[in-house]
Amino acid sequence: MATIVAEAPGQATGHAEHEQSFLRKYIFSSDHKIIAIQFLFLTLFFLAVGGLLAMMMRYQIAWPDQPIPGGGILPESMVASGYILPEFYNALVTMHGSIMVFLAIMPMLVGVYANYLIPLQLGTHDMAFPRLNMYSFWLMVPAGIITLASFWVIGGAAGAGWTLYAPLSARPDLTGVELGQVMWLVALIFIGLSSILGSVNYITTTINMRAPGMTWFRMPLTIWALFITAILALLAMPVLSAAGIMLLFDQTLGTSFFLPEGGGQPLLWQHLFWFFGHPEVYILILPAMGFVSEILATGSRKPVFGYKAMVWAIVAIAFLGFIVWGHHMFMSGMNPTLGLSFTVSTLLIAVPSAIKTFNWMGTMWRGNLKLHTPMLFAISFVALFAIGGLSGVFMAATPVDIYIHDTYFIVAHLHYVLFGGSLFALFGAIYYWFPKMFGRMMSEKWGKVHFWTTFVLYNLVFFPMHGLGMVGMMRRIYDSTGYAHLEGIQDTNQLITVAAFGLYLTGFIFAFNFFWSIFKGKKASRNPWDATTLEWQTPSPPKHGNWDEVPVVYHGPHEYSHPDVLDKDWLAQNERPDVVSPAAGSH
Amino acid sequence: MDWALPPNYSTFGVQIDQLFWIIFVITGIAFVLVEAGLILFIVKYRSRTGHKAYYTHGSNKLEIIWTVVPALVFVVLGVYSAGLWADIKNPSNMPEGAIEFEVRAKQFEWNIVYPGPDEILGTGDDFEVLNQFHFPAGEPVIVYLEAEDVIHSFFIPELRVKQDAVPGMRIPVWFDATQTGEFEIACAELCGLGHYRMEAAVTVHERADFDAWQASRALAQ
Amino acid sequence: MAHAATAARPPERGLDVYTQKVGMWVFLCSEVMFFAGLIGSYVVLRFGASSSWAEPNEVLNVTVTAINTFILICSSVTMVKAFAAAEAGDQKGIKTYLLATTALGALFLGVQVYEYYELIFHQSWAGSHGFTPQAGLYGATFFTMTGFHGFHVLLGVICLGWATIRAYQGHWGADNTHGLEVLGLYWHFVDLVWIILFTIVYLI
Repeated sequence: MATIVAEAPGQATGHAEHEQSFLRKYIFSSDHKIIAIQFLFLTLFFLAVGGLLAMMMRYQIAWPDQPIPGGGILPESMVASGYILPEFYNALVTMHGSIMVFLAIMPMLVGVYANYLIPLQLGTHDMAFPRLNMYSFWLMVPAGIITLASFWVIGGAAGAGWTLYAPLSARPDLTGVELGQVMWLVALIFIGLSSILGSVNYITTTINMRAPGMTWFRMPLTIWALFITAILALLAMPVLSAAGIMLLFDQTLGTSFFLPEGGGQPLLWQHLFWFFGHPEVYILILPAMGFVSEILATGSRKPVFGYKAMVWAIVAIAFLGFIVWGHHMFMSGMNPTLGLSFTVSTLLIAVPSAIKTFNWMGTMWRGNLKLHTPMLFAISFVALFAIGGLSGVFMAATPVDIYIHDTYFIVAHLHYVLFGGSLFALFGAIYYWFPKMFGRMMSEKWGKVHFWTTFVLYNLVFFPMHGLGMVGMMRRIYDSTGYAHLEGIQDTNQLITVAAFGLYLTGFIFAFNFFWSIFKGKKASRNPWDATTLEWQTPSPPKHGNWDEVPVVYHGPHEYSHPDVLDKDWLAQNERPDVVSPAAGSH
Repeated sequence: MDWALPPNYSTFGVQIDQLFWIIFVITGIAFVLVEAGLILFIVKYRSRTGHKAYYTHGSNKLEIIWTVVPALVFVVLGVYSAGLWADIKNPSNMPEGAIEFEVRAKQFEWNIVYPGPDEILGTGDDFEVLNQFHFPAGEPVIVYLEAEDVIHSFFIPELRVKQDAVPGMRIPVWFDATQTGEFEIACAELCGLGHYRMEAAVTVHERADFDAWQASRALAQ
Repeated sequence: MAHAATAARPPERGLDVYTQKVGMWVFLCSEVMFFAGLIGSYVVLRFGASSSWAEPNEVLNVTVTAINTFILICSSVTMVKAFAAAEAGDQKGIKTYLLATTALGALFLGVQVYEYYELIFHQSWAGSHGFTPQAGLYGATFFTMTGFHGFHVLLGVICLGWATIRAYQGHWGADNTHGLEVLGLYWHFVDLVWIILFTIVYLI
C-alpha cells in the first residue's frame, strides 16, 4: 500500500517528532498535504453525488411521462410509483447546484490545491496555522453529512434553487420544505466558516512564508490565482453567512427580513446573495486559470506568455468581480438605471478574461507541445472556457438578457465555465499533481481515454443547450411538454440526456484509474514532467515538513527552454544562480 | 429543433433580435479565431524530434492591442445596449396613452385585471380573468406586474418580454405586438412545485375584436 | 542531514510583522464583511422603509447602553495596559489588567443580558407584549446585530479568561507577548464594531 508520507517523520525537519499514531498521521493530521488529500476524497465523492442528482434530473426532462428505472428504491415522498415528483425535481435541481458548487468544485479547487500547493510552491514547511487548517477540513464533514441527510427528512431537501431566492426559500408553507431548507443553510454556515478559516491560512502563508528569493513576481501563477481567490473568499463568504443567518431567522424565528408582509424586501436577499455570488464564481474559475497557466507552460516548454499581464488580469477580475453582481438581477425589478451600471462593469470584466485567453494561446505558440493528459485538459479548458465566456457577452447586453435570462442559454453558459472550465482544469490538475501527491503515475492511456470520451460527450450535452435557450426553454422546469413555443425540443432533450448518462459513466473510467493508480500506478520520480516549480524539486511524495532545508529561489516560475541552459529545456527555480532570467530582476 | 429565436411579434423585439445576431457574429469571429488557433498550434507546435520551443516572456505591444480592441468592442456594445435597455425598461419611458392591465402572479396562476370598456384601471368596470390575457395588436400595452406570494416571472417569448414579479412591488412592463396571434405567458422564475405548469394563454386581437371581447366579458362579470 | 548553516542566506520573504498578527488582521477583514452584511441590511431596511421606524429612544434604553459602551471602551484601555505590562515584564500589571479586561467584558455582557430581559419582558411594542426579534423589522435587525456582536464579545471574554489564568501561571512576559497582542487586536475590533453599532442603532 502506498504511503502518503514517504519517510518516517523525525528526520531533521527542524521540529521534534515522535512516531505518530495512524490516527494522528492520516486522520486528524495537520500536515497540509494530508489535509489536501482528505479534501480530494471528500470532493470527488460529492462530485459523484452531484452528478447522480443531475442524471435523475436529465431522466425526468427527457421522459417526463415515464417512471424512472430503479425509482422504486426511493421513498414515495420523492418518487411516487416510480415517477419523480415535481417537489423532488425541485430538490434535485437545487441540490445538484448547491452540492456541485459548495461541496465539490470550490473545495476541490481551493481545499485541495491551495492546501497542497501553497507551502510546496512557496518553498516552506507547512501552512501558517496547521491546526486551523485541520479544523477547516473537519468543518466540511458535518456540512456534508447534514446535506446528505437533508434528503431524507420530511419535506425533503431544499428546493428553492441553489440561489435560495426569498420569499420562496423562507416560506415552508409555500414549498412544503421546512427542515431540509434549514439543514442546507446550517451546512452552508459550516462551509462558510471552513472557507474563511482556510483563506486566513492561504493569505497569511503567501504573504509571510515565501522562501528566500521568492519575490511576489517569482511566484507561480497558480499561487497568484489561489492567493487572490482566498482574498475573494475571505471577503465574500461572510456576506453569505450574514444573509444565510437572516434567512434562517425568517424561516425559524418568525422574522421578516425578506418577506414583504412584515416590511422586508425580497430584493435585499438577491443583492446580498449575489454580492457574495459573483465573487464566488470567480473563486470557482481563478484557481482553474492558475492550474492551466502552469500546465500549459510546462507542457509547451515555454514561459507563460505575459506573466505580469496575467497577474494584473487576475487582480482585475477579482476587483471588478465585486461590482458586477447586479448582472444576475437585470430582470429582478431593480431600478433599470442601476442595472445599466452593472452592464458597464460586466462588459469591462470580459476584458481581463480575453487577455488571459490570448496569453494562454501565446504560451502555446512556438512551443514544443507535450500532449499528455494534463496538457489535453488544459488546452481544452481554453477552448471551452472561451465558449463559456463568449456566451456571457449575450447576457451582459441587457436587452438580449430580457429574452435569455432564466433559459437554458444561461445553463449552457454556466456549465461551459464551470465544467468545461473549472472541472476540466481540475481533471488536468489531478493528473498533473497526482505523482507528487501519491508517488505514482496515473495511467496515461486511460487518461487519454477519459479525456476524449469526456470532451466529446460533454459538448454533446451542453452545446445544444444554447439552442434550447434560443428557442425559449425555461430553467428548472419539471416538464416542458405543455408549452406551444417549446414544441419539438424533446428530441434534443433526449439526446442530451443519453449523452449525459455517457458522460457520467466516463467518471468511472477516471475513478478507476485514480484509485487503482494510488496502489498500483508506476512509481513516480521526483519530477516526471520536468517542471520548474519548487514542488517538483523534492521527493514524490514529499516528507512531512516538505524540505530538510528551505530552498533559495533564483528564477521566475516558468523558465523553460532558456537559451543559456543547454543540457535540458527547463530551469528549476532553485538551481543555477548564475543563469540570469528576465523575470529575475523583480522586487 | 430549430436553432432559431422564435418569430418576433414585438416592436422593440426587432432591435433585441438584431443585437442578439450582432453579438452572435462578433462572438462567432472570436470563437473561430480561438478554436482554429488552438488546433493550428496543436498541430504545428506538437513535440517531435529536433523541435525546440521559442523562449519568450511575451510582448507588451500585443498586450496593449488585445486589451484595447476587446475593450472598444465592448464599449460600443455597451452604449448601444444602454439606449435600447432604457427604452424598454425605464418607467419614465413607458409609452403615453397605452392601454393598461394589471397582472397578478400567484402559485401557480396568472390573474389578469382588465380595465374594462372605459380603458381605465381602478374603475368600476374592471374585471378579472384567470390565465387568459387578451389585448389589442398594433398599439402599446402596459402591464402592472404584481406577485402575491413568491417571485414569479412574466415571460412571453414571441414578444421578447420578461420581467420578474416580486411580492411587495408593482412593476410596469410595456410592449407593442405587431400582429395578432395566440401565445403563452410562461413563468420564468422558480416558484414552487407547480412552476412548470404556470402558463396562461395570450390572445392578441385586432382592436375592434378586442373591444368586442372586452365588452362582452365585462357584461358577463 | 543536519541543518546546514548556509552562509549569507537571504531572509525569507514576507512582511516585518509576525505571522500570527498577519493572520489576525486577515481574519478581522472577514469579520468586517460579516458585520457589514448585517449592518448594511439594517440600513437598507430602515431607511428604505415606506414608513419610518420608531425612534431609538422610544424603545431602547440609550442611557444604560451609553454607560455600557463606556465600560467596553474602558476594557480596551485595560487591554492596552495589559499588553504594555507584558512588554515591560511587569507580571503584576499583566495579571491586574487582564483580570480587569475580562471583568469589564463580562460586565458588558451582563448589562446586555439585562437590557435584553427588559426589552423582551417589559418594553411594550405596537400593542403586543415585549420587544422581541419578532417585533417587526426593528426587533429583528436589533437582536440580530447586537446578538451576533454579543456572541463575538462572549468568545472574546472566554479567551480573555483563559489568558488571565495563564497570566496567573506566569505565562506572559517580555519574551512572550504575541498571544496578548493578537487577542488585543480582536478585542479592540469587537469594541470598534460596538461603537459603530451603538451610533447607528441607538443614536441615529
